[in-house]
Amino acid sequence: MTLITRRGLLKAGGAAAATLPFAGRAFAAEPLKVAFIYVGPVGDFGFTFAHEQGRKEAQAHFGENVVTTYVENVAEGPDAERVLKNLADDGNKLIFATSFGFMNPTVKVAKRYPDVMFEHCTGYQTAANIATYNARFYEGRAVCGTIAGHMSKTGIGGYVASFPIPEVVMGINAFTLAAQKVNPAFQTKVVWVSSWYDPAKEADAAKALFDQGADILSQHTDSPAPLQAAEQRGLMAFGQAWDMSSFAPKAHLTAIENHWGGYYIERIQAVIDGTWKTGSVWAGLKEDMVRMAPWNERIPPEVVKAAEAMRDGQADGSVKIFSGPIVDQNGTEKVPLGSALDDPTLLALDWYVAGVQS
Amino acid sequence: MLELERRKVPSRTMIWLAPVLAVLATMVVGGLVFSALGYDGFAAVRAIFIDPLITLRKWQDLGLKAAPLVMIATGLAIGFRANVWNIGAEGQYVVGGLAGTGVALATWEMTGWWILPLMCIAGALAGMAWAGIPALLRTRFNVNEILSSLMLTYVAVQLLYYMVNGPWKDPDGFNFPQTRIFTDAQMLPYLSGIGYLNVPLALVISLVVWFLMARTMLGFQIRVVGAAPMAARYGGFSQRRTIWLALLAGGGLAGLAGLFEAAGPFGQMVPAFPTGYGFTAIIVAFLGRLHPLGILAAGIILAVTYVGGEASQSSLGLPSAATGVFQSMMLFFLLAADVLVGWRLRLRRRVTE
Repeated sequence: MTLITRRGLLKAGGAAAATLPFAGRAFAAEPLKVAFIYVGPVGDFGFTFAHEQGRKEAQAHFGENVVTTYVENVAEGPDAERVLKNLADDGNKLIFATSFGFMNPTVKVAKRYPDVMFEHCTGYQTAANIATYNARFYEGRAVCGTIAGHMSKTGIGGYVASFPIPEVVMGINAFTLAAQKVNPAFQTKVVWVSSWYDPAKEADAAKALFDQGADILSQHTDSPAPLQAAEQRGLMAFGQAWDMSSFAPKAHLTAIENHWGGYYIERIQAVIDGTWKTGSVWAGLKEDMVRMAPWNERIPPEVVKAAEAMRDGQADGSVKIFSGPIVDQNGTEKVPLGSALDDPTLLALDWYVAGVQS
Repeated sequence: MLELERRKVPSRTMIWLAPVLAVLATMVVGGLVFSALGYDGFAAVRAIFIDPLITLRKWQDLGLKAAPLVMIATGLAIGFRANVWNIGAEGQYVVGGLAGTGVALATWEMTGWWILPLMCIAGALAGMAWAGIPALLRTRFNVNEILSSLMLTYVAVQLLYYMVNGPWKDPDGFNFPQTRIFTDAQMLPYLSGIGYLNVPLALVISLVVWFLMARTMLGFQIRVVGAAPMAARYGGFSQRRTIWLALLAGGGLAGLAGLFEAAGPFGQMVPAFPTGYGFTAIIVAFLGRLHPLGILAAGIILAVTYVGGEASQSSLGLPSAATGVFQSMMLFFLLAADVLVGWRLRLRRRVTE
């Protein structure tokens, strides 16, 4: 079991930590029903795929005591609301909503089903029966940035991004800051595709970035299309959410892997035990929720060493990527030497560090 | 041996029987295909086509999905009847939702009965204006409205992204690209057991359009221009006026449908607002034979496949693509069954020698 640190990250609803009136005994007779809703297809080989691996891990762990189901490709909005409502009507007692855009639908449905517990991934609204969970993807981005700083010949990284929400902004910043520690002149160019999963648009964005001089690519979208574009051009890229090396054996340097299984097992167990409480979890390399995929053999040993130092340093807390001095795009000093961005600030991040061209 | 023989007049029975045949063929072939893939194919057919209809609590879901489809398709059908091909209803829908959102944000923290009607008017007018561009281009410069209306959809979507990422971003929303949540004065009334007010309104609108098309001079003019342009010109019906009318009607209804979605199920404007209703409505219009009442039935059938498709994912483990497969199969079989409108199948005995 992984240990997960729980922090009251945001005020919103955090106070309501009342245990729900749920007796563990009630489930002894029939299996607990747990459902997952996904924004993409389980075959995206990225974000949704990683959640699906987590679901399978939890299903294997609990065997016959728990029945898990999922609904994939759920549009963020009224469709999500309807699917959540139907899952609650079907007797699911714990529902994982695994995309940011499911937040308001989850809040609406949770109000109507006070005895069903909801877990929302990457959002900021909690309630007595809504917990949030997220991974510190930015720690992995920093490891990628370290590699990019060493490996890029042009000193320009490309970034295929989805929406300018704090989670994505902090990833872009972490990648750039880590690369600049190696190569102070490193620049990151960003293209927004306004979608989490759109292989055609993602590939177009990747090609546009390569045409602008980028020779190494990071992505905050869920399909392997940008990696395939990098493979075709003979350039380099990082995988998203899971090891995507099979799509681009040469270009794929490493990937940030999201491991949700441990969290899912812990939360399902809590419902079975009757100890489920709301809360906000933000775990990273330390807790094993974020892991790095195997290094590509084309990465020279000294670069691997630097990447591992960045990875292990963040895991043991000795390295903080958002420590000062940090200067934003306008040249204003945002974080002075000797201090670092705290979690609440990170979770509302809306500015880019110097060197980012968005 | 079977052989096709041309009918002397198109069969009126087959015009209405073809969609029914298409749905039945979809159920049978879909069941077989999914059985061959290792699923319980006929349980899948039941879960997708039958369960949503016989489960009372799912009716509300059907209404939610069918209402925008029926409204948009009804408007499109007016144009299609006049041979005016508005493919950009999705864009008109988005712009309608945006205009309503604009009113909602401008009247933020105000109350009054007038806010919601104002939002409706803004939504319909914006949809009409967006459809008016292809109308102007077509009547002035003879630009093909299929292309111009389709391309304007992408412009509308970019406009939406710009607004929610920029001027309309919720100031308390942690930089997430979405607007504030509408207040009660800006939301459609919610009727318990039925859904938002747009569901009964969609029904009323399709009845009104049916009356207009079947019983008024205006409807007659539209139908004549589409069916026999030369005769229409001879009869003094203006083609230019019909083009304007067809596009404005389609755009207005799509815009209104967009506003209803924004002020109903969404309750705010988000980047995920365009869900493809404007494109699916084209299937609905044809499945419904471009007839307002047929469209009503077709809208419900498409809604059934959506709602049932989601349910079959969690109950049977079918992939979400199954919904798409069933929907496409339905359109495919409809086109195939349409042959029977103009042709008949005849059994011909082979003469043995």
